[in-house]
Amino acid sequence: MDLNYTPEEEAFRKDIQNWLAKNLSRRLSRKVQRGQRLTKEDYLEWHALLRSRGWLAWHWPEEYGGTGWGPVEKHIFEEEAVAAGAPRVVPFGLNMLGPVLIRFGTEEQKKYYLPRILSDEDWWAQGYSEPGAGSDLASLKTRAVRDGDHYVVNGQKTWTTLGHYANRIFCLVRTDPEAKPQRGISFLLMEMDSPGIEMRPIYTLEGEHEINEVFFTDVRVPVENLVGAENDGWTVAKYLLTHERTGIAGVAYSKQALKSLKTIAREEQKDGRPLAEDPLFAARMGRLEIDLMAMEMFNLRTVAAAAEGGAPGIESSLLKIKGTQVRQEATDLLRRAVGPYALPELPEAFDEGWNGEPPGPDYALPLARAYFNMRKTSIYGGSNEIQRNIVAKNLLGL
Amino acid sequence: MDFNLSEERQMLKETAERFIREQYPIEKRHEFARATFGFSRAMWEEFAELGLVGGLLPPEAGGFGGTGEDIALLFEALGRGLVVEPFLATGILGAWPLVEAGDEAALEEVIGGQRLVALAHGEPNGRYSITHVRTEAREGSNGWEITGTKAAVVNGCAADTLIVSARVSGGPDDEAGLGLFRVDPRQDGVAIRSYATIDGGAAAEVTLGDAVGKPIGTPGEAYAVIERAVGRGVLALAAEALGAMEVAKDLTLDYLRTRVQFGKPIGANQALQHRMVDMMLEIEQLRSAVMLAASTLAAERAVRERNLSAAKHLAGRVGRQVAEEAIQMHGGIGMTWESAVPHYAKRIVMIDHLLGDTDHHLERFMRFSEDAA
Repeated sequence: MDLNYTPEEEAFRKDIQNWLAKNLSRRLSRKVQRGQRLTKEDYLEWHALLRSRGWLAWHWPEEYGGTGWGPVEKHIFEEEAVAAGAPRVVPFGLNMLGPVLIRFGTEEQKKYYLPRILSDEDWWAQGYSEPGAGSDLASLKTRAVRDGDHYVVNGQKTWTTLGHYANRIFCLVRTDPEAKPQRGISFLLMEMDSPGIEMRPIYTLEGEHEINEVFFTDVRVPVENLVGAENDGWTVAKYLLTHERTGIAGVAYSKQALKSLKTIAREEQKDGRPLAEDPLFAARMGRLEIDLMAMEMFNLRTVAAAAEGGAPGIESSLLKIKGTQVRQEATDLLRRAVGPYALPELPEAFDEGWNGEPPGPDYALPLARAYFNMRKTSIYGGSNEIQRNIVAKNLLGL
Repeated sequence: MDFNLSEERQMLKETAERFIREQYPIEKRHEFARATFGFSRAMWEEFAELGLVGGLLPPEAGGFGGTGEDIALLFEALGRGLVVEPFLATGILGAWPLVEAGDEAALEEVIGGQRLVALAHGEPNGRYSITHVRTEAREGSNGWEITGTKAAVVNGCAADTLIVSARVSGGPDDEAGLGLFRVDPRQDGVAIRSYATIDGGAAAEVTLGDAVGKPIGTPGEAYAVIERAVGRGVLALAAEALGAMEVAKDLTLDYLRTRVQFGKPIGANQALQHRMVDMMLEIEQLRSAVMLAASTLAAERAVRERNLSAAKHLAGRVGRQVAEEAIQMHGGIGMTWESAVPHYAKRIVMIDHLLGDTDHHLERFMRFSEDAA
């Protein structure tokens, strides 16, 4: 056992740093660092940059155009990308559907869809949740009925993140209403411009349009768009969720948040001294840093074990819980750090090119927003309570 | 990065775990804890023969381990068995200053189990400070003569040799000016008041009046040696706490599965399930912190001390949660002497009272965090 980075790993980090410093546009990193709204083009710019270096599909095996990086390399890459102010990689095609197709797709599906994900010809949306199926995902009701060479889909999906940028959507649909809830579900790929699909925005508590609801009325989907066997979609869904969860620890984002927190706490004053020297605030920061350090190791040893063939089972649930706790705590401390200047709300300040003067310090503007926005992390991807149920069931067998 | 144990380490771990599981049932442990010195000297000799003391010390000292990893995995096994023999006092705190001084003769007896040593460092009103030393050493007609009081010296009563810290110069809380001295506890100038501890061990107040001591290393320059010995002790305790918590968790899980109330196992209640998961999650966090601290034990000072404090802080914070929840979920049974659970709980919580509690190490973590970054 040696938890220090090897010289090769340090060299890899240096490589990534240099490349990002040279290639990531200042325009884009400033937007990210200021918490400004990212457009579809912003994401595509970042993807194109990664593609040019062969680093876009860093979760995929090499034979499919991935990087073949091990867990430590992935960790380093993510850490450096976030630290440099890169946007996130849009996960729906690259991190979610890609691994699913590699595991469950037919040769035709892999040949057709994987290159289109890599080239950004396709922007995928995730069609899992429904108004009546949140944490209880298996109770989903969107119905797909076989009609010759097609399925006819009727129902509704919701919380469709960045669906308004997507041209395709992967959905869980019910193909056998008589079977046990988990048994009658299938995994279908659809085109967004199919007749009968309608999308409406949902505005989140900050007043932003990030998520949508999607309605399906007699949408005809060719049967070859089925992934995995009919009625076996739950297996596919669970595989995808496990993938979704390990990334959800968000170590790199929390590290970046802690770094900002330390900077801001040195800047902010309390009784004429830096807030960072206030024993109460310093103790909160210290506890956060310790939790984060431990979680980083926990995350690394889990992904390392998974890479050696162990399945990330309950660990991914535990990481989801701790990861979101830490990230939420960081945004909470950031919000507190700026005191009354957490209050001002200037929606226009989050547009590129805004040149106004904020009432308080520059860095204060996005903090309360980020705090409220991050509440979602303990709700999505299987709420933290659902994660506890999963672990408890596994531990107790009750 | 490499997260796997080497083959030799895996063997050492298994040897220790198996021996403790088979030879150290809790009834025997209670018996040892109630003996005169709070442990069994015969058992200690068996442990030594098995190589568990040597595993804590490096080859140049006659041992075959001594890395952070060795210390962590052995103490985790000791924690699982609630072992009361003086591994911390003799194998870590007492032995490491001897290692640094290159005292091979004494170490041979330590590793063989014939000689018990204890570090007499902490003082009344010093809490967990490493620099708070009021005990003084002066060169007199009999060599170095030491006067002062040492508090809560773990296994101090049984020690064949005391290693006493004393100030030879400097102000009362300076790092500079500390010395370490080997003191024979059977001389007139040493008075020992021994007592049992609530978690099944033994400690002592040691009063020295012109006690004669032989310097270890150069008097005045011992601070770094003390800090490193205490650092290893911190790692050992965090790992021991981890082992004890794993058992407390397993016992509690078992109880949730088998205890029936209202016609179903109590573990069917979500209120208990979620708390159980939180316990498990925090234990995983602690395990990560212990691994990190073990792995950086030989790193530069700021990184080493920061990571040690992170581990000990978490051991205290998580320990309280695990100890209290384990008792609570066992209900009335958890309050009885007969159950193993409260004995684990007592040890876990009392570890927070040794070599710095959760607040002490949070403060220390913050102090080193900037330099380590």
